[in-house]
Amino acid sequence: MSKVTRHVLDNGLVVLLKEVHNAPLISWWVLYRVGSRNEHTGITGVSHWVEHMLFKGTEQFPAGYLDKAIDREGGAWNAQTFIDYTAYYETLPADRIDLALRLEADRMMNAQFDIEEVESERTVIISERQGAENSPLFWLGEEMQAAAFRVHGYHHEIIGDMVDLHTMTRDDLYNHYRAHYAPNNAIAVAVGDFNSDEMLARITELYGAIPAAPPPKLFVRPEPGQIGERRVRVERPGKTAFLDVSYKAPAASDPDWFSLAIINSILCGPSGLGGGGIDNKTSRLYKALVETELAASVDGSLTPTIDPYLYAISVTVRDGHTTEEVEAALDEQIDRLVAGDITEQELNRAKKQARALFAYSTERVTMQAFWLAFAESFDSYNWFENYVASLEAVTLEDVRAAAAKYLRRQTRTVGYFVPLDGADAEEDEE
Amino acid sequence: MAANGLPSPDTITRVVLDNGITALVYENFAAQSVVISGSLRAGSLYETPERNGLAALTASALMRGTENRDFNAIHAELEDIGADIGVSSNIHRTGFFGKALAEDLPTLVDVLADVLRRPTFPTAHIERLRGEVLTGLQYRSQDTRYRANRAFRAALYPDNHPYHYGTSGTVETVPQIAVSDMIAFHQQHYGPQDMIIVVVGAVKAAAVIDTLKQYLADWQNPSQPQPPALPEVPRVTESRRAKVALPGKTQSDIVLGLPGPSRFSEDYQAAVLANSVLGQFGMMGRIGASVREELGLAYYAYSQIDGGMGPGPWSVVAGVNPANVDLAIERIGDELRRLTNEPVSDQDLADNQAYYVGNLPLQLESNEGIASTLTSIELYNLGLDYLVTYRDRIYRLTKDDLQRAARRYLNPDALVIGTAGP
Repeated sequence: MSKVTRHVLDNGLVVLLKEVHNAPLISWWVLYRVGSRNEHTGITGVSHWVEHMLFKGTEQFPAGYLDKAIDREGGAWNAQTFIDYTAYYETLPADRIDLALRLEADRMMNAQFDIEEVESERTVIISERQGAENSPLFWLGEEMQAAAFRVHGYHHEIIGDMVDLHTMTRDDLYNHYRAHYAPNNAIAVAVGDFNSDEMLARITELYGAIPAAPPPKLFVRPEPGQIGERRVRVERPGKTAFLDVSYKAPAASDPDWFSLAIINSILCGPSGLGGGGIDNKTSRLYKALVETELAASVDGSLTPTIDPYLYAISVTVRDGHTTEEVEAALDEQIDRLVAGDITEQELNRAKKQARALFAYSTERVTMQAFWLAFAESFDSYNWFENYVASLEAVTLEDVRAAAAKYLRRQTRTVGYFVPLDGADAEEDEE
Repeated sequence: MAANGLPSPDTITRVVLDNGITALVYENFAAQSVVISGSLRAGSLYETPERNGLAALTASALMRGTENRDFNAIHAELEDIGADIGVSSNIHRTGFFGKALAEDLPTLVDVLADVLRRPTFPTAHIERLRGEVLTGLQYRSQDTRYRANRAFRAALYPDNHPYHYGTSGTVETVPQIAVSDMIAFHQQHYGPQDMIIVVVGAVKAAAVIDTLKQYLADWQNPSQPQPPALPEVPRVTESRRAKVALPGKTQSDIVLGLPGPSRFSEDYQAAVLANSVLGQFGMMGRIGASVREELGLAYYAYSQIDGGMGPGPWSVVAGVNPANVDLAIERIGDELRRLTNEPVSDQDLADNQAYYVGNLPLQLESNEGIASTLTSIELYNLGLDYLVTYRDRIYRLTKDDLQRAARRYLNPDALVIGTAGP
């Protein structure tokens, strides 16, 4: 595989190119440096809603045209809004990629935000939120974020608070779009079957003339240090209890992040970079919680983020046991780990696992392009290129230090989902 | 897709072992990994309603211990090298999937063969697994999408039909399944006859075949029964609706439809294209355009064809505000009526043909995508030249073919509807 090349156009657009000639495909991503972290109260959910509006067409590519155009060319496209970014992509047969290049250049500037489309999308997004609310874990997750972040924009869900979804206006959406969608606030990435010189020339032709905007005034409020454990309880109809324990984690650009990734692998099992994980039945918490029949499953999640976010452990409590029992058993394991009992063997095993999972994660050009854009947004594309090497470099001492520094009760939030009785379903036929 | 183009008879290695296992291998040195996928002739088709969930529980129990390895040994051997194996059962077949770094293929085959052939169903582990399954079933009993789908299928297929039942069993049946039932199910149904195993990745085909032979060639099971014939599904003569009430939910789920084509039906491909026009192409097809884009009722509203070994459903799925359930059902009905009453436009046909043909490189980009395609090619007797001739077969379809398929399976005035919500 060839190396990544990085270019900055005169208008500030960062372009990353990586040739991969295994399949006649190209993936094209444009990532904007704005996400739900940059939303103040009153417009929570605006980044995600703007993302939806960018599928409503422009003068050049009217609504309904693009859905069909991309499919017709045998491609895939989508977008995602995260706490730190909003990103759009198309993956197409290599000889059809020009459509994607033109589309993203066009909608960087020319999305219309027609008032009727805004209103029709309002109910779609409310429906999206209501669908999420059907899951007990959504309610718990929302309360956990709100408790863990009192000041920082990480305190609300990406989809936004329901009240804001009802009251946000077309102008709120359009102003957000105009403030953040500009070449100097974007990272564009192509990975796949192309010639880099030709690709760069075409990108320059299509994007080079888009004017830079004044640097956006980003809404960012640093979270003050946490001064004690926070606890939340969510009580809803249901049959199953859940426990979430979230520790404050370092930013992805902090070398400690990799130490914590190793800890997660040892505690909860390895997770890849989106290529699908593997089983975790030899992990410490599986043995302590699931093998002892206190829990039905356990998962750990550590996401790379711009600002310090969360290392979250989620447990499904097994029928017949209490959340309190599970929490006590989990704490015992955390205490052991903080006391420094990780072995060289466990560390090496986590590294071998990381190599395999990285290989799975990077099979598709779409995932490679995503990770290059994502990594460039919170650190540098080299974060992704050096991912395995960074994990390899973690020492036993690093892991012990990170455990002591981050797995502290004072800086964690503990959440209980308590299922309320009386949720038995009724069925009838007509 | 590897650099040498679409998998074809020239690049797929296919070997039938003496005991009946069919092995397909495809070399792809573009990635460092290897995947195994395949299936054997065991599924919920072979269980009784009283033991509903037996096939699924048996499949999940395989990795709890074998004659050669206990629970920890199985999982340590895989997880130590970042490898993974999963086995799960559906109605007709029990499928398996594994992945590893290419250098670790022998370990992957060794462990897979061991769990398929020599499970011991250790009692303590089975009880633990049973508890996990029951917790999962309790959780899903509160999931509107799952409940709407279950209600739909139970109302669509009569109770003498295996499609009436869910494959994972229920909180009533799972406690009734004894370890001896699992042992007997495994002895009778797991075997080499009709088994398919596909390996794709950075490995040499000849070496893979040798490895597969080493671990699987001596497997015999003369007791494997032929699949039973499926009972008739009575024709639906008027629409009927099964409702599930789940307190506290904020959104309702709708699943509606009728029995669709099997993968063996001669009009399967025509039905798939008609379905794409209905609820897939672009932003979830015509249903997406009406229910989501025009009315703003739903975040998701689409249609799908199961198209497996038998007449699985051709269905429409939507999640809407509880106040909009009837309106959404009405608008979906309108689109079904249009699809059956009118031929699709020339543009619709051309778009969808281009989509199905153009999408192949994306589908075949990863080892996993190639393996799942090759598994289908073998399971449904599609022929090793299937991908090479695919384009011609898609472009041979006419508007009449699509309409005929839609009319054969869909009737907007006699639908089975499952809903679940507050």
